[in-house]
Amino acid sequence: MTKQKFDPAKIDFGLDSFGDIPLSASGQLLSQAAAIRQVVAEGVLADELGLKVIALGEHHRADYAISSPDVVLAALAARTKQITLASGVTVLSSDDPVRVYERFATLAALSNSRAEVVLGRGSFLESFPLYGYDLRDYDLLFEDKLSLFAELLKERPVTWSGKTRSSLKQMDVFPKTEQALPVRIAVGGTPASVVRTAKYGFPLTLAIIGGRAERFLPYVQLYQRAADQYQQPIQPLAVHSHGLIAATDDEAKELAWKYLRESFVKVGQERGWAPMGQEQFNFEINEGSFYVGSPETVAQRLARTIKQLGVSRFELAYGAGGLPAAQRMKLIELYAQQVVPRVRELLAEEE
Amino acid sequence: MKIGIIGAGKLGTVLGQLAQKAGYQVLISGSGAPSKIELIISVLLPQAKALTTAAVAQQANLIILALPLHQYQTLQPADFAGKIVIDATNYWEPTDGPATELLLPGISSSEMIQQQLKDSQVIKALNHIGYHDLADQALPAGSDNRKAVALAGDHVAAKQQVAEIVNDFGFDPVDIGQLAAGSLLEPGSPVFGASVAREQLQQLIQDYAALKKIDNSKNA
Ligand SMILES: NC(=O)c1ccc[n+]([C@@H]2O[C@H](COP(=O)([O-])OP(=O)(O)OC[C@H]3O[C@@H](n4cnc5c(N)ncnc54)[C@H](OP(=O)(O)O)[C@@H]3O)[C@@H](O)[C@H]2O)c1
Repeated sequence: MTKQKFDPAKIDFGLDSFGDIPLSASGQLLSQAAAIRQVVAEGVLADELGLKVIALGEHHRADYAISSPDVVLAALAARTKQITLASGVTVLSSDDPVRVYERFATLAALSNSRAEVVLGRGSFLESFPLYGYDLRDYDLLFEDKLSLFAELLKERPVTWSGKTRSSLKQMDVFPKTEQALPVRIAVGGTPASVVRTAKYGFPLTLAIIGGRAERFLPYVQLYQRAADQYQQPIQPLAVHSHGLIAATDDEAKELAWKYLRESFVKVGQERGWAPMGQEQFNFEINEGSFYVGSPETVAQRLARTIKQLGVSRFELAYGAGGLPAAQRMKLIELYAQQVVPRVRELLAEEE
Repeated sequence: MKIGIIGAGKLGTVLGQLAQKAGYQVLISGSGAPSKIELIISVLLPQAKALTTAAVAQQANLIILALPLHQYQTLQPADFAGKIVIDATNYWEPTDGPATELLLPGISSSEMIQQQLKDSQVIKALNHIGYHDLADQALPAGSDNRKAVALAGDHVAAKQQVAEIVNDFGFDPVDIGQLAAGSLLEPGSPVFGASVAREQLQQLIQDYAALKKIDNSKNA
């Protein structure tokens, strides 16, 4: 079994947000505008506390405030020093690869090369009707636009033709970056997406939002096998999962039930899924992909996942549902100051 | 016995793994040439054989549909003739497009597939549990808190065989009636996306059937 080599001291820890709307101290939902400013404050805190990545998702829905992650990241570029500023994900299928390149190359300039584009097909689909795309072209749009995006990343004049946008003939795009723009592809569980990521030589982010993390080990192997076959490098693996950290296990569970579960129930309802029951919730917390508990509990579970899959970067999706702003800040502090050092310690012990 | 799986995506590969673990030989296809899925199969289902959809249907003893529902008309009835077909698909607007352009009014999506595969015995099963729960929750028969999988169909003997397969895959089979009752397992049902044990599944179905006024009496 091949695993990626990893050094516990070198694993990067980050945060992911979709721009969920938090509750204020008095229990009112913040406005979407305030929710965006809250994320900026959180990014600043994460940077100060030494977290390595903040990734902001693109959504076009009432329950998530961020539709333009690159603009929010630009604000963060001005106020942070070291943290990588990533999208999570940019829905390339309903975007224009040229504009995606331009926006993130601009972000790279503003942040001294801390920009990162994370591409994905996205699990929410509002952007399709919004921008005038047909959902039935879901696969075609991603595949076609990815092929153009890969060309643009070479930062040389591009000649390209495809099926989903006008052709380019020796066209150049600007600004040029100082260091090549880093790109990742985030996948949910579609094996063909894993293969495609390896084929392009991009690093893979596994979005593990339910079930046991080790179920994804075959996907890691598939990525490696595909990279070999396409003679591409095996790039470091990132994993994204939901979490909720509080002072005690009980407090974290209570908050997770109230907010994290609730956000799953809400989305599930739209899709015809039965609401998550207590048993399933407990399974996700104890064995599955909700990293919920005190710093020690979360650190133990994270260390296990990181080791099992050979993860180089872990991104904790925080603040799902209406988790109040104060608790979100607290969560980030506990994660950076207690969970991260403890995970490194646990991994070093096991070496 | 050879189980054929049409569709090598999230669901198809997990069902293939459950089938292999239970000792079945697995034949599997994607939308195109077998070469397109060979790499995936070599890692995720190393003992399975990647074939065309026609070859899978012709060579397998029983076939499971794990492709997007809107692709059902690409399935050639002659390839499936005389065989049991487990329909694990669901209507899912984002992938399948508007309901009015795909679904037929007044019948369940599995009955629509039965109309397409008119010489086969279509049984709806394995559609209502998420693929990762299928992977994570499979347990040997008799285990505590084993989860249940509902099945619906018009052919008693075929249902019996599908029930055995469900059991071999790691779940308690629960017969919920005729193929028409398959609509009780579609998105929006309280069992859709739920992995629950037998009694709870039966209760949920019974209540939902009463609510929807759908007959879920078993065929004798
Ligand atoms: N995901 C779940 O948890 C789950 C659970 C129960 C039921 N289901 C149902 O199962 C079906 C498949 O879902 P999924 O999540 O597995 O989707 P998926 O990951 O997108 O996989 C679909 C698979 O079907 C293949 N396919 C497409 N058109 C085909 C055709 N004409 N002939 C043969 N194969 C074809 C695709 O191949 P290409 O890549 O070559 O197109 C792909 O391998 C859907 O109806 C879904 O509602 C899903």
